[in-house]
Amino acid sequence: MALLEIRGATRRFGNFVAVRDVNLEIEAGEFFTLLGPSGCGKTTLLRLIAGFDTPDEGRILLDGRDITLTPPEKRPVHTVFQSYALFPHMTVADNVAFPLRMARVPRAEIGSRVAQALRDVQLAGMGERLPQELSGGQKQRVAIARALIDRPRVLLLDEPLAALDLKLREQMQLELITLQRLVGITFVYVTHDQGEALALSHRIGVMDAGRIVQLGAPDAIYEFPETRFVADFIGTCNLLEGTVRTLAGTRLTLEVAGLGELAASTRAPAQAGDRGVLAVRPEKVRIAAQIAPTPGEVHLRGVVHDQLYLGDVTVYKVQLADGRLLEALLPNSAAGVVKFFEVGDHVDLAWRAEAALFLHD
Amino acid sequence: MSISRGVPKRRSSSMTSRARLARWALSGPPLAFLAVFFLIPTLIMGLASFGWPGQEGGLSPLWYHDAAGWHFDLTLGNYRDIFTLKLFLALYLRSLGYALATTVCCLVGAYPLALVIARARARYRNLLLLLVIVPFWSNFLIRIYAWMIILGPQAALSRGVNAVLGLFGFGPTSLLFSPFAVLMGLVYVSLPFMILPLYANLEKHDPALLEAARDLGASAWACFWRVTFPLAVPGVIAGATLVFIPALGAFAVPDILGGTRGIMIGNVIEMEFLQARDWPFGAALSIMLTFLALGATGLAAWAARRGVKAYG
Repeated sequence: MALLEIRGATRRFGNFVAVRDVNLEIEAGEFFTLLGPSGCGKTTLLRLIAGFDTPDEGRILLDGRDITLTPPEKRPVHTVFQSYALFPHMTVADNVAFPLRMARVPRAEIGSRVAQALRDVQLAGMGERLPQELSGGQKQRVAIARALIDRPRVLLLDEPLAALDLKLREQMQLELITLQRLVGITFVYVTHDQGEALALSHRIGVMDAGRIVQLGAPDAIYEFPETRFVADFIGTCNLLEGTVRTLAGTRLTLEVAGLGELAASTRAPAQAGDRGVLAVRPEKVRIAAQIAPTPGEVHLRGVVHDQLYLGDVTVYKVQLADGRLLEALLPNSAAGVVKFFEVGDHVDLAWRAEAALFLHD
Repeated sequence: MSISRGVPKRRSSSMTSRARLARWALSGPPLAFLAVFFLIPTLIMGLASFGWPGQEGGLSPLWYHDAAGWHFDLTLGNYRDIFTLKLFLALYLRSLGYALATTVCCLVGAYPLALVIARARARYRNLLLLLVIVPFWSNFLIRIYAWMIILGPQAALSRGVNAVLGLFGFGPTSLLFSPFAVLMGLVYVSLPFMILPLYANLEKHDPALLEAARDLGASAWACFWRVTFPLAVPGVIAGATLVFIPALGAFAVPDILGGTRGIMIGNVIEMEFLQARDWPFGAALSIMLTFLALGATGLAAWAARRGVKAYG
């Protein structure tokens, strides 16, 4: 049985449907991420789990027990807020001790547990500081220590790293993974940052317009997006619109205006005449001055229109004969070579038919 | 290296001296105003409180010069009288009681109001604030006289109260010219001064703090006493000070609504100056009142800060 179960949850605000018939099961010990653009309903869903809000329809179950109407203080679920929400009039130690005091844990026990919790997040000896005396990363750690000290069944994290700078964010991501493994508590993490979601999660639920549009492991979501939205939102994707012409098992050809028939693969049933997009990720597009056409590969010619040098990789935007731009990504792995192509160079592009996914509109 | 380090230092010190000049230029005129119209008169009052009343009332000279040289004509008698005549100590205590009761009533009344305004939607918030301020648009004395009518024996309020008292076998009572009327008047005029600082404080609170408290296991009650109220303490201190000090020295409200039973120290000071024409004694009563106000607010602020620390 799943630890946390959401059954048909819907939440409306006036005419706006923030969460639309969401069904979700989260297992004990899982690091689960709700990923989506702002306004997709991920934070509303998190608030339904925390108990700050109740669904208009549907149930929320924890350990098989219906907690839909249980107030937040009675749920074994804690939240790490985006703003950290540390109590400014209390010291770090008092902040961390707060859940224990509320649960009337004996005074003698509180001291040692707080000290241990602060050690766990590398804040030993900081107990007497006030929150405003801490850096962003330290505040973050206090918020996590406070939310974990009475060992909740589920920890909810609402974009907890959004306010930190890039280096610190990467460090905190690693710490979160380690911490989650250490404590074994189920994490439900909300973010709009797809890189963060891919790096942290066991499973991701991608949300759009109040719905969970795809659910799966990070690699499955990245490699096999099921909709145009997911392909476009997670990572970068070249999208070519067209109509299905021929079909053979999971292989098909797509008529793309100006480019002719292109081979692609599909994971969902399709028929000739279906409209949709061919989605191919830039790193799966080969780029070279000359590529010999090979069976089973899509082959196109173009001119380098733009290049983005990112250090480890360079992104080339290549203009095709019909004027559209495709992105190809090349790792700068060769020693001693700075640039492969210049703007204006004629190049060949190619990708294997398996690398291009057909997605229905 | 040392030169390049020295340059920004010099520049920054010249910047701060210019900033300091600007600060003095801006704060100088109001400081001078306060010195001339507040500090010096207070010092004169302080001096006068050690003087004797003149033959025709007023103040006899504090010092004079004759053939024998300079003479000072000062006395501690005014203060001795305050401390030995029980009447005045009782009046101070009574005024303190009124001021405390007013502050508590205002706090209890204003807190929920300020909370409602602070949590109202932005477009209603300004309207609600306006409603708090609207009474200031009419004259203070007129509003107090209006209370005379509201509390008067012919008004519905008095008749209703007396009808209820009659049911329990008590004789009719007058709401007007009573301590009750004074308290009503004081609370009425003071309420906005409690609402506004409380609102300014509560409005700044991060709503996530309350959610965090609930989330971490606090009941609504614990949430209020451990988070909302401790954070509001600066606002409570500001509001209580703005209400307590004017209420302690109130004079018009007890004069109009209090009658003989509702007299406060402010009325006595007024009588000493204008009717008894004993200026030095009136000055001594005023100085004592100032110290009482300072002492009481200082004590309250200290206790509040300590309380919050012990609680957090």
